[in-house]
Amino acid sequence: MILDTTGSLFLPPGHSTFSGEVDSLFNFILYASAVFLAIVVFGIIFFVLRYRRRPKEGVVTGPTHSTALEIIWSVIPTILVIIVFFWGFRLYLKMSIPPKDALEIKVTGQKWFWTFDYPNGANTLNELVVPVGKPVKLLMSSRDVIHGFYIPDFRIKMDVVPNRYTITWFEAVQTGVFNIFCTQYCGKGHSEMIAKVKVLGEREYNDWLISGTKAGEGMSLEDFGAKLYVSRACVTCHSVDGTANVGPSLKMIFGHQVKLADGSSVSADENYIRESILNPQARIVAGYQSVMPTFQGILNDRELDALIAYIKSLK
Amino acid sequence: METLSERNYLNEPRGWKSWIFTLDHKRIGVMYLIAIMASFLLGGVFAMLIRMELLHFGGKHLMGAQTYNQVFTLHGAIMIFLFIIPSIPAALGNFVLPQMLGAKDVAFPRLNLASFYIYVFGALFAVYSMSTGAVDTGWTFYTPYSTTTNTSVISMTLGVLILGFSSIFTGINFIVTVHKLRLPGMTWYKMPLFVWSLYATAIIQVLATPILGITLILLMLERTFGIGIFDPAMGGDPVLYQHFFWFYSHPAVYIMILPAMGIISELIPVFSRRKIFGYKAIAFSSLAIAFVSFLVWGHHMFVSGQSQYAAMIFSFLTFLVAIPSGIKIFNWLATLYKGSISLAVPMLYSLSFLFLFTIGGLTGMFLGALATDVHLHDTYFVVAHFHYVMMGGTVMAFLGGLHYWWPKIWGRMYSEFWARISAVLVFLGFNITFFTQFILGAKGMPRRYYNYLDQYQPLHAYSTYGSWILALGFIIMAVYLIHSLVKGRRAPDNPWQSLGLEWTNSSPPPPENFTVTPKLTHGPYDYDKIVSGDSTG
Repeated sequence: MILDTTGSLFLPPGHSTFSGEVDSLFNFILYASAVFLAIVVFGIIFFVLRYRRRPKEGVVTGPTHSTALEIIWSVIPTILVIIVFFWGFRLYLKMSIPPKDALEIKVTGQKWFWTFDYPNGANTLNELVVPVGKPVKLLMSSRDVIHGFYIPDFRIKMDVVPNRYTITWFEAVQTGVFNIFCTQYCGKGHSEMIAKVKVLGEREYNDWLISGTKAGEGMSLEDFGAKLYVSRACVTCHSVDGTANVGPSLKMIFGHQVKLADGSSVSADENYIRESILNPQARIVAGYQSVMPTFQGILNDRELDALIAYIKSLK
Repeated sequence: METLSERNYLNEPRGWKSWIFTLDHKRIGVMYLIAIMASFLLGGVFAMLIRMELLHFGGKHLMGAQTYNQVFTLHGAIMIFLFIIPSIPAALGNFVLPQMLGAKDVAFPRLNLASFYIYVFGALFAVYSMSTGAVDTGWTFYTPYSTTTNTSVISMTLGVLILGFSSIFTGINFIVTVHKLRLPGMTWYKMPLFVWSLYATAIIQVLATPILGITLILLMLERTFGIGIFDPAMGGDPVLYQHFFWFYSHPAVYIMILPAMGIISELIPVFSRRKIFGYKAIAFSSLAIAFVSFLVWGHHMFVSGQSQYAAMIFSFLTFLVAIPSGIKIFNWLATLYKGSISLAVPMLYSLSFLFLFTIGGLTGMFLGALATDVHLHDTYFVVAHFHYVMMGGTVMAFLGGLHYWWPKIWGRMYSEFWARISAVLVFLGFNITFFTQFILGAKGMPRRYYNYLDQYQPLHAYSTYGSWILALGFIIMAVYLIHSLVKGRRAPDNPWQSLGLEWTNSSPPPPENFTVTPKLTHGPYDYDKIVSGDSTG
């Protein structure tokens, strides 16, 4: 459907404090453009119909210059673009400078997932959890190439660059789950680098922060592993249905012989899987590039156990 | 079938050697025309593959992610470097510029031939890179991705580097030709506006292209020897590449669009039989655009992490370009007023241009304004915007010019009926394909995505259906144009009753352009001073 039931014809619904202001500017330019385009289209149609060439026409004369007219159509667009410029610039400043009391979360981009580190030491992959109604400052950097951090519903975007920090911020106005896209082309998994931002009420957020480090309690290892497979972004590169993606599929690999890039082969047991997660470059499966990042320091032992249990279950 | 019996540049001298060693600007223009049409076909095939893949009908994929990344890179690189940049200046400009000035040839015929072979050589390198694993960086070759990917970046950038020399040589040639070879009595203000625009373009080509060359050399050195200019691990700056790249490539956008504006400034007076409105405003706005084009590159980097202060200045300067562009649009529109308007095919393309370029220009405002650019940057909104400017602008003007000068080039007429059908299909197909992408982008669909969320599928599907209509338009065009070469009606010397100097000789022109030295009796658009009795269109 072209007409989305929730947003305008062009924009998706906005859910941050400045999304409304960005939309107002967008709409102002849209209406101004519509007027300008209407003048051109109406002009073309009217002139073409009114002055269509007829056979045996004589000399055609019309004005070839009109100072008054030329001043009018130079000055009016000039005023218009100056308004748009100042409007856009003022709002941009506001969007660039986070409030002093903002909650700071560290964002790390790498091929092809996002890591989020919270002030209390908790971390998440591909899921940014934030409280509603509180400014959140994102301090961002990349481990490899340039990525772009984009939340359409919040109208924010900023490139994430290796070896330097870039900053963006937002304040969500309602709870819910929204998309995070990577907008700077970063290779094969670029379009799979989709994460979610989960906006919780302040109480839920605090509860989550406390329990966040104790995730997986009360679940079987296998179920916890299945959850980690998604939340820790394994899903980006490894399928579980046998299709080859950036990395080999995890279906039915456990206990089987795996052919390696150097020609040898290895039995995919617990130790091989653990090694492949913590030191992925050690033994690469034949036919795949050595592009997987290490999860050393990102996954704890219980999480590794859970992932191995899950991979075992993929018969 | 009538034959072209009199001597002209096509039949004299004879033999294939006389073509490949020719110094005649018309033959070089024709060879360029064939080469860029082949490039357009190749780039177009890649475009269709991209749209087919993105249809995702029933969740099906046509190709893998890696192949897709290579296909969109090749589409972009071929269309920009092999097609759009040389299309108007090197093919049509080469053919008509000396004739419009009343000259026998360009100032440096050998340099002109060299620039063609350099183009072919560069194109071969670019095409060669496809057979050696292609490139998956996007046509902008952003670091550090381009220095780390294991695809054949070197041969592709080497190809582009070589193409740059071709562009510089053409620019130098045109500048000198305009300064030195104008017919006696042809003052600057009596030059056709197409010449003005090619002149402004040539200045950018000569000044900006070396920067691209240097940037690509740095990229190759970085990749091969790891000199550390862009690599953060060695103290380099990955964003520096973007500054270098856009310092060329933003002016390059005007290398693409200024000649198109020049063609439109030719066609609208001819098919309205009206003196152009505001000649000087159009001429000077070309120079103004060429000048400002050097100062706006940073608007590609509003979300790259550059300082807010830099972003402010680049945003402000970007809006300055809007003014001369707007002035031109109003001038063209005013030229229609009280005209005698014929809707012959070149005019259909001119009116298409007016409509599409206006949309392309206006949507530039959304991207020039800082706050809205943050949301729209690197989404399909940008993809739609530059397709409206480059394809809706440059390609429409190129097609208008191609149909206008076709009888001059070949001495034959194409089928007006099929040409109109094709023009309408191209116009409709274009709008369905790309207007949809404005909506997609505003709704948050990022560019260069192989996969996307289901919510965007219907709009991607409309866009793909549009591309089929567009392709049909081009297929019909290829058929009637080729048909006209074989069975086309013999063209009169001046089928459009144009006052352009290039139409005072025969069609196709004799090898030396003019058998008698032409005399300048009127300005290029003085339709009010001549009595007309025609009934074309």
